[in-house]
Amino acid sequence: MDISPTEVIETQARRTLGRRKDRRTWILWALRSSAPLWAVVLAFLIGAVVLEIAGIDPLRAYGAMLDGAVGSWAAVGLTLQKSVPLILSGLGVAFAYRCTLFNIGAEGQLYIGALVGTVLALYVPGLPAWLHIPLCLLGGFVGGAIWGGLPGYLRARRGLSEIIMTILLNYVAFWFTSFLVHGPIQEPAGYYPQTEPVPDSAVLPIFWDAGRLHIGFLIALAIAALVHIVLFRTALGFQIRAVGHNPKVAQHAGISPVRNMIIAMLVSGGLAGMAGIVEILGVQRRLSDFFSPGYGYDAIAVALLGNANPLGVVIAAIFFGALRAGSNMMQRSVAVPAAVAGFIQGITVLFVVIAGAIPQVHVHWGLRKERHG
Amino acid sequence: MATLLRMEDICKHFGEVVANDHVDFEVEEGEIHALLGENGAGKTTLMNILYGLYRPDHGRIWLRGRPVDISSPRVAISLGIGMIHQHFMLVPVFTVAENVLLGMPAPREPLLTLKQVAERVQHLSQQYGLMVDPYARVEDLAVGERQRVEILKALYRQADLLILDEPTAVLTPGEVEKLFTVLRNLTRQGKSVVFISHKLDEVMAISDRITVLRDGRVVQTVARKDTDKAALARMMVGREVVFRISRPETCRGEDVVLRVEGLTVQRRGERPALADINFCVRAGEIFAIAGVDGNGQRELAAVISGLEKPTFGRVEIEGQDVTALGPRGLVRLGVARIPEDRHGLGLVMGFTVGENLVLDCFDQSPFCRLGWLNFRAIWRRAMTLCQEYDIRPQQPDFPARLLSGGNQQKLILARELSRQPRFVLAVQPTRGLDVGASEFVYRNLLEQRQRGAGILLISTELDEVLMLADRIAVIHGGRIMDILERDEADLERLGLLMAGVAAVQRRAVAVAPEE
Repeated sequence: MDISPTEVIETQARRTLGRRKDRRTWILWALRSSAPLWAVVLAFLIGAVVLEIAGIDPLRAYGAMLDGAVGSWAAVGLTLQKSVPLILSGLGVAFAYRCTLFNIGAEGQLYIGALVGTVLALYVPGLPAWLHIPLCLLGGFVGGAIWGGLPGYLRARRGLSEIIMTILLNYVAFWFTSFLVHGPIQEPAGYYPQTEPVPDSAVLPIFWDAGRLHIGFLIALAIAALVHIVLFRTALGFQIRAVGHNPKVAQHAGISPVRNMIIAMLVSGGLAGMAGIVEILGVQRRLSDFFSPGYGYDAIAVALLGNANPLGVVIAAIFFGALRAGSNMMQRSVAVPAAVAGFIQGITVLFVVIAGAIPQVHVHWGLRKERHG
Repeated sequence: MATLLRMEDICKHFGEVVANDHVDFEVEEGEIHALLGENGAGKTTLMNILYGLYRPDHGRIWLRGRPVDISSPRVAISLGIGMIHQHFMLVPVFTVAENVLLGMPAPREPLLTLKQVAERVQHLSQQYGLMVDPYARVEDLAVGERQRVEILKALYRQADLLILDEPTAVLTPGEVEKLFTVLRNLTRQGKSVVFISHKLDEVMAISDRITVLRDGRVVQTVARKDTDKAALARMMVGREVVFRISRPETCRGEDVVLRVEGLTVQRRGERPALADINFCVRAGEIFAIAGVDGNGQRELAAVISGLEKPTFGRVEIEGQDVTALGPRGLVRLGVARIPEDRHGLGLVMGFTVGENLVLDCFDQSPFCRLGWLNFRAIWRRAMTLCQEYDIRPQQPDFPARLLSGGNQQKLILARELSRQPRFVLAVQPTRGLDVGASEFVYRNLLEQRQRGAGILLISTELDEVLMLADRIAVIHGGRIMDILERDEADLERLGLLMAGVAAVQRRAVAVAPEE
């Protein structure tokens, strides 16, 4: 078709652009691009059925949830506060995902990041805040990067499954942290499995009093922007995306899949590690062994729901933060089990994954959209 | 003769692509009916519908005068339809008889008694002149024999209508002749054959009637005796086809651009995929490696394009040892590589046209400064190359995966050839392309030759090799059988070399008188 006369192309365009197929294309496109929204709506509908069966009025329950998530400035602040570790670790999972790597180990990287950062916060005394905070954040990043880079190296060099390795390293990280807070770095009082509180010079200051929101939120947003820039505006991001689309093509063109996979996992783990230390310095103020309620696992869902896109990740993380904040309220005022919130999260992710089965179509705004020949 | 099959008004589309558009197709008993068309004309789709692999959007099928609903290959087989795919569906470690039985109830289910099966296979094999040993293991058989096992499978299932999808693509010219003899035997004894092909010579040699498809529509059905190659080509392409492309006389220089010495690729415990390959490519010549698919071409291409390291031997480009240089170094040296597999090696399908055009140079000025991509420069390069190489649509942000095959290949040519390479590796550069796009590729390769580049063309298409090459090496079983000047090469001689016997025989003849 390449050099056939224009008439042929035009006839074909007319034929393929029949009105019926035109409409079908648009419907598919609209369905696919709004999939996360529908997934959420469907999940809530199914959640309502479950609540109904449990004998709870879904409207009341969801009302309480809404109240807890956005009902007041304090609620909004809580939602955003809970979204901070989700944004950072979600960005981490998304970054690896852009290089076709499935980092299931954000939880472990988050613990190691929190651990390294906390140690720096506690045992490097006498620094001013403007130096101490960045030092701790950097430590968190490095800790997470090591925890993600290790499986990344083995995956890139030796082809071992990064999925299995990162899952298993979660346990190692968690129990290692647990061991340390039960002994070596436990608070001198020695009563709870936790460290001393971090000094004031390492605490992330509150910038919004009404919502009691710490600057970790702003840091997370800035890092989301940075990740976007790295992925889409730099040569590094170009390589990582090329490897992500097809490592063989990348290699053939002279882009090293090994190098880029390792970098992707280092950055991925680093971001999850930062999530950990930001949560400690902003909210917990000390390291304890169960401080994360599974942020690193939710990060996988956040990255998927956000389509591995930095802006999408931020939105998805805030949504999941709202679910967490809201479900607390739902639990307190309507006595709904916390499991329901988890259930809705799970169903949402499931639907997003299912939506991936909708055929992909390309709509060219206002122009032709047949196969160009 | 009675009509065996009638397909009426068949329509099938995939997404926005119309594969079959109101196609009517008839096969009579005892005829060889060729389905001719370019790649993507809808031949295979039509036959996959007949074999129950696809459901048509519209249309009806009659078999022996009765309407049938073919919902799956199982139904097709029970109706006496057999399909021999381009890629054989055989278990290599099984014997012929076991492969034939595969997917069918054994004669004494649940016991596996192969004796009866083998006897029947033997009988069928003799009846139709297939010459296949039922107890031979498939992995020990040559490609042509494997194909005959596939035919046996269909016959064992009592097929009256055999569909062969591009059956000659994997055969040497000698094996093609053998296949044609078998097909004639089959039709003489009442079987019908649908022969899918895009090669005019073969279609003219074997078929009784020919149906030409273009863009998913039937152009015409003609009897072979009422037509000729030129007329068929016109129908296939929709315009006059010039078979000759002007090829300026030799402009071979003295400089050796590529030298390959003692190249051997052998995985542990396997026969060598490449054994002691030696040749060199000079500036201003097209050096072709001809041969049947799967005789070491893939390995040779992988080594020369820097993806694999050879077990022994070395590769030199313009005097520099590049054996261990890797793809990055080759790109830096300005080597152009047109890979066989556009989707698997050539293009990042998820990237745009523009991104694909800088895949090899995104990190160099002016496309990149201090790690930052300069999109304006990338866009400019894309626009320039889109115009120069006539890539349609001329939109740098158009997704590569939505381009037609021809335009995808142009994209690769644009990227690789625009850096004025001294050496070009082109592997099957026209595979899957229609005539127009193929011509474009040929013109570009010849231009590079004029410019003084050395070109290594690895191709299984003899027409292409004979049209373009200055020298031709024939590869068989991982060895170079012989290197011929273009003037000494003809189809027969190449065919014998490709079959891997000629050189040995010649040597034997040369030695014989002494004994």
